[in-house]
Amino acid sequence: MTAATAGLTLVDVEQFLYREARLADEHDYDGWEALWTDDAIYWIPGGGSSAEDPDTQMSIVYDNRSRIGLRVAQLKSGKRHSQTPPSSVRRMVSNVELMGRDGADQLVGANFLAVESRDRGTTIWAGRAEYRLRLVDGEPRLAEKKVTLVDRDRALFTLSFLI
Amino acid sequence: MTVIDSHSRYDDLIQPGRVHGSLYTDPTIFAEELERIWYTGWVYVGHESEVPERGDYVVKSIGPQSVIMTRDRAGQLHLLLNRCSHRANLVCDAERGNSSALRCHYHGWTFANDGTLLGYPFMQGYGGKEAKKGLGLGRVTRMESYRGFVFGSFAAEGPSLLEHLGSATDAFDRLARLSPEGEVKITAGWLKHKVRANWKMLLENETDGYHPQFVHSSIFEVAKSGIGALYSDKSAAVSRDMGNGHTENDLRPEFRKLDVPLGWFGTTAERMPSYVSDMRAAYGAGAREILVDGSPHVMIFPNLFIAEIQLFVLQPLAVDETVQHVTALQFAGAPQLNERMLRQTIGSVGPAGFLLADDSEMYERNQRGVLARHPEWLTISRGMHRERVDDDGHTIGYATDEVPLRAIWAHYLGLMNGGVPMKGGVPMNGGSR
Repeated sequence: MTAATAGLTLVDVEQFLYREARLADEHDYDGWEALWTDDAIYWIPGGGSSAEDPDTQMSIVYDNRSRIGLRVAQLKSGKRHSQTPPSSVRRMVSNVELMGRDGADQLVGANFLAVESRDRGTTIWAGRAEYRLRLVDGEPRLAEKKVTLVDRDRALFTLSFLI
Repeated sequence: MTVIDSHSRYDDLIQPGRVHGSLYTDPTIFAEELERIWYTGWVYVGHESEVPERGDYVVKSIGPQSVIMTRDRAGQLHLLLNRCSHRANLVCDAERGNSSALRCHYHGWTFANDGTLLGYPFMQGYGGKEAKKGLGLGRVTRMESYRGFVFGSFAAEGPSLLEHLGSATDAFDRLARLSPEGEVKITAGWLKHKVRANWKMLLENETDGYHPQFVHSSIFEVAKSGIGALYSDKSAAVSRDMGNGHTENDLRPEFRKLDVPLGWFGTTAERMPSYVSDMRAAYGAGAREILVDGSPHVMIFPNLFIAEIQLFVLQPLAVDETVQHVTALQFAGAPQLNERMLRQTIGSVGPAGFLLADDSEMYERNQRGVLARHPEWLTISRGMHRERVDDDGHTIGYATDEVPLRAIWAHYLGLMNGGVPMKGGVPMNGGSR
């Protein structure tokens, strides 16, 4: 199978992605926030040319590390109404591929399918997730996650759980 | 004055201080709204800066109808219906682009970007070229713009755009002044955020100064934001009926008390030196007042919300389905301001926004709640007993008062009763009663 890169085997990478997915599904906000590096970027492009140019075009989410912290703090406040009660969510992560290295970072691609249930109804969220993983103190951490939604050119319902 | 039928169901459903729940849920009312508001009055469509070059086009909407805004080869703007004159196929499937012609994929009819039918294949089937005349793309009957904001109306006659906007033109003037070149640019692309709620829930919320402290307390607290205080019962801010259904939360009294340039934007002149120096070069001593007063918070009836740092365009699709299109405002000659506007807007709005995700949750909860029929009324009476009139003759109230809601409903009542909107600037609180 795949040789270890950045000290991470494919199994290591998959286990990390599954853990991230589980923490997000179960609204373990502290556990999820702890996965990120200090210079992290969490990015969900919008439609059109958004995916190419986040500095001039609207994105759905374009969080630096401090804004990731703000997002988590808002979710934990108990008054994030769009997540009170939290959505019931379960997601599959699959088609995991090691996409090469960039310096010490391991680039990873995967597809995902999430089902969200709220009073409004059930919503299916699907897309491509691209990760930049880095070993910090021997543990894999998220330096970047870009989530490109299949539906990004359509009008979207509120998306306030962690995807 | 408005011409009123002797008595309509709307006179029963819209009363002083309260409106009936069925206004948000009845599909027959929604169908009448499309005819009397969306397909009669002035509706915001797009901005000239979205089609800067000859041949540019962008797909927009008026309610559920798809509208193509084009700039033809002479530089003239057009609002064309996205509907082939042959068999009603959509002629434009890209959201934007540049092309001298639009070709229908169904039978190959080709239209110039000014709407003229250029040709159809196998023309002898129509007896030659002559039949082309009169088969151009449909167009929005009237198009007018103010400071680059393009509006359309399907009514051949009626008030001009300037009459419709009335004193709300001031909001566009204030906005443009934030650019050292006096120009707004809509270049940052749009998010489309859908809610399962009636469009009027959104319209009403945009200038409801009562909700922010409750709906948005989570983000105000964790971000240590001062915005909540602007909407307290201690606030000097003012809610205003600008006439013709246009409404405002005028925050200037608070920003003038603060008296800090760019304080309205949560920053300082020191942190935006190049923008501030360009503003001083452009406006001289007047720059300080512009930078203290900040950007307007104005809802232009029925669908354009100027929300200080971003624009929202409301699009009703069904009685319980609405899309809010949102983009960051950008200004000519103001890269420092633009960068911050975009960053703040991305954080605040759209499906995952710190603010709008929660507003949208409220819209949807309202829509489910309003199905209850005991009580069957929604209360819009807050501050009725303490309304005042400002120097321009507009009704105003305290920051958290429901003056804007009453303004919207009074105007709505006039339109739904078949009235022609009054010429600009005259407050219509009290409607036809």
